[in-house]
Amino acid sequence: MDFRDSPGEAAFRDEVRGWLAEHLTDEFAELGGRGGPADETAWETRVEWEKLLGKDRWLGMAWPEEYGGRAAGFTEQVIFNEEYAKANAPARLSLFGEGLFAPTLLAYGTDDQKRRFLPKIQAVEELWCQGYSEPGAGSDLANVQTKAVLDGEQWVVNGQKVWTTLAHRAQWCFCVTRTEPGSHGHHGLSYLLVPMDQPGVEVRPLRQMTGTAEFNEVFFSDARTDAHNVLGEVDDGWKVAMATLGFERGTAFLSQQLGFARELEDLITLAQKRGATADPIVRQELADSFVGVQIMKFNGMRMLTGLVRSGTLGPEASIGKLYWSTWHRQLGERGIRALGADGMELPTGPGYDLDEQHRIFLFSRAETIYAGSSEIQRNIIGERVLGLPREPREKRSNE
Amino acid sequence: MNFAFSDEQEQLRDAVRKFLDAKSPEAEVRRLMETTEGYDPAVWTQMAQELGLQSLHIPEAHGGQGFSFVELGIVLEEMGRVLLCAPYFSTVCLAANAILNVGTDAQQGELLPGIAAGETIATLAFTEPNGKWDASGITMEAKGSGDATTLSGSKMFVIDGHTANTIVVVARQAGTSGEDGIGFYVVDADAKGLTRTPLATMDQTRKQARLDFDGVTATPLGDPGAGWPALSKTLDQAAVCLANEMVGGAQRVLDMSVEYAKVRVQFGRPIGSFQAIKHKCADMLLEVESGKSAAYYAAWAAAEDNEELPVVASLAKAYCSDAYFHAAAENIQIHGGIGFTWEHPAHLYFKRAKSSEILLGDATYHRELLAQRIGI
Ligand SMILES: Cc1cc2nc3c(=O)[nH]c(=O)nc-3n(C[C@H](O)[C@H](O)[C@H](O)COP(=O)(O)OP(=O)(O)OC[C@H]3O[C@@H](n4cnc5c(N)ncnc54)[C@H](O)[C@@H]3O)c2cc1C
Ligand SMILES: Cc1cc2nc3c(=O)[nH]c(=O)nc-3n(C[C@H](O)[C@H](O)[C@H](O)COP(=O)(O)OP(=O)(O)OC[C@H]3O[C@@H](n4cnc5c(N)ncnc54)[C@H](O)[C@@H]3O)c2cc1C
Repeated sequence: MDFRDSPGEAAFRDEVRGWLAEHLTDEFAELGGRGGPADETAWETRVEWEKLLGKDRWLGMAWPEEYGGRAAGFTEQVIFNEEYAKANAPARLSLFGEGLFAPTLLAYGTDDQKRRFLPKIQAVEELWCQGYSEPGAGSDLANVQTKAVLDGEQWVVNGQKVWTTLAHRAQWCFCVTRTEPGSHGHHGLSYLLVPMDQPGVEVRPLRQMTGTAEFNEVFFSDARTDAHNVLGEVDDGWKVAMATLGFERGTAFLSQQLGFARELEDLITLAQKRGATADPIVRQELADSFVGVQIMKFNGMRMLTGLVRSGTLGPEASIGKLYWSTWHRQLGERGIRALGADGMELPTGPGYDLDEQHRIFLFSRAETIYAGSSEIQRNIIGERVLGLPREPREKRSNE
Repeated sequence: MNFAFSDEQEQLRDAVRKFLDAKSPEAEVRRLMETTEGYDPAVWTQMAQELGLQSLHIPEAHGGQGFSFVELGIVLEEMGRVLLCAPYFSTVCLAANAILNVGTDAQQGELLPGIAAGETIATLAFTEPNGKWDASGITMEAKGSGDATTLSGSKMFVIDGHTANTIVVVARQAGTSGEDGIGFYVVDADAKGLTRTPLATMDQTRKQARLDFDGVTATPLGDPGAGWPALSKTLDQAAVCLANEMVGGAQRVLDMSVEYAKVRVQFGRPIGSFQAIKHKCADMLLEVESGKSAAYYAAWAAAEDNEELPVVASLAKAYCSDAYFHAAAENIQIHGGIGFTWEHPAHLYFKRAKSSEILLGDATYHRELLAQRIGI
């Protein structure tokens, strides 16, 4: 047990710091930590910044060198993300491409597919979106009804996706589709890669309770993609889809903690300025949030140690998702409480722009829903970690 | 960065677990908790002679093995798991640490070898009938100085105060208040003027006593009057120890709940298949694992003796107190009627969880302390 950097880790940390100090200047530095969930401000500047990251292989740092990466291990990724957060650099754009799709592609893709898609992600020429959820398939993802049929050299896709974040910005969608006619549940699904810029794809924005519209409905009407744009085996896409969810639940929280810690610091400063820290209940709440965010770090370090040793994150990663989403939601509630009556007003004036406290308060409600709702996480922990018996399953109406 | 125990540390855990499974089964806990002394002297001696548990983190120069708080934390976690009835927390986590923090080298050489050898049972008497855990709670005044020091007044909630041979008493110099004037004094258990009364504890597995002093002769330990930093540090170290003990108990009640939820059938299904029960268990796991992360990290900070200790000690004590009590309470609920019986062990853990939560200051107390320590 030792929480200090090893000499190798320290050298790497210096390299990251040096790079950030050199590049995070002018308009990029001015962005601060802006952007991210429910905040599409300064999109163009963030694209430019993301390209800088790609050029020096920080975007894609985990990929093997032959695909343009640095073959960075988990610890290095976490160090990079820590320094990134400390430097208050702009929120990342390539979550879906770099964070979710690329690891899945590396695990299940062919060499051709990797060479086709990874460089474009790194160059920030192609952004990705995640086409999983449908009106009838939310938590129960295996109930996906969007169909794809092979027509010669191309798949023809028909159906509807919903809640598709950044579909309006993305060039590609990784998409769970039903390719075996008449199949049910997780059988007969394929993991298709579908280009968004074509007549058969219609994207309709959906306004969120935050007032912004990062997610969308996506309609596929005879949309087309080449026959080879399937990840994994045809009709055997479920395990590929699950692998992506594993990355979504798994590694993100390892580096998120610093951003959360910064938000808590902001809240403490705000509460102090407003005199709210004289209130014993506010003091209790802020201290409790501090306990929570520190333990998030300790949990992350324990999981990272396990990850480095075993190479994979087990179902216990569900604890991480349940933990951080619950913590963050509570921070949002506490932030509004610290504002007192002013919590009723947006300090930004008309236009429904959100300040930090209202943004956290409102957006955090999504976090216990997406990437596996808290209820689903508790089922996973109960069944896969603790070995409790599954519930008896009722048939779906279409089975 | 490496957040895992070493192979040697895991071996220590295995050895302690084996020993405790043999020496402290539930029947033995129940036998000892009904006694006034609350421990088995033979097992206490074996702990020292076979495993060297009392000497673990005492420096080699004073008869110890020179291990750290990380190893101590492992031992405490195992003890908490089986509710070991023994004056270990009082002797090792309170008294020995106080002596290490405040005693001169000569005093350490005099007092620690007996503890390390399992010959001395010692405790720290700092709380008073006012029930406060901070400096303001210490009202007992020391009269005179050097060999002519005497103590009068009362100490309450003194863990194993009726069975200890050596009592380290915290008192203050006349006319001082707050963190000023705090001093440590060593008193012999059979000193004239000392009356020791066992208390009727709700948690029978950890004994407490009231100590009444009437002009008792005491020997100053270290520099009387400048003792607050040492006391504060001792309490932080004790909080870290207790947090590790608590996660051992919390894991045990979670295991109990999960085992029961798998086999107890109602409505034709194991109750663990109902989400109302499954989700309780999932939340317990989250809290138990998070408690472990906090307790282990705090043990490392205590071992390093670094500047993080005060913050992480309060953090771990606050979180683990809540997590243990929550888990122990849910364990009763998940067991239904049988969890409410005297025969079932659920209530033993429930009571230990509550008394450990209160001991050294509850979660609310430590969150406020933490707020101050991080500058809120
Ligand atoms: C901001 C945001 C962004 C999103 N981005 C994307 C995206 O980019 N791509 C994408 O594919 N999807 C996205 N989603 C969709 C998200 O994955 C789904 O919302 C989520 O899977 C839940 O599905 P649902 O909304 O249909 O709710 P439902 O599944 O209908 O759930 C409703 C309620 O029932 C509970 N519930 C459901 N099943 C169970 C069960 N077995 N046991 C107990 N309780 C249960 C849920 O926990 C929830 O509380 C996004 C969602 C949000 C909010
Ligand atoms: C002090 C006391 C006095 C009592 N007096 C009497 C008396 O005078 N006469 C009498 O007949 N009985 C009496 N009882 C028994 C009492 O009615 C039962 O304890 C109670 O019905 C629960 O049953 P159980 O103990 O078998 O627990 P179980 O039914 O086995 O329940 C165990 C756990 O599983 C949960 N559970 C069970 N089924 C479900 C489900 N479908 N969904 C979600 N969770 C579920 C329960 O809530 C509980 O947490 C008494 C009990 C107590 C504690």
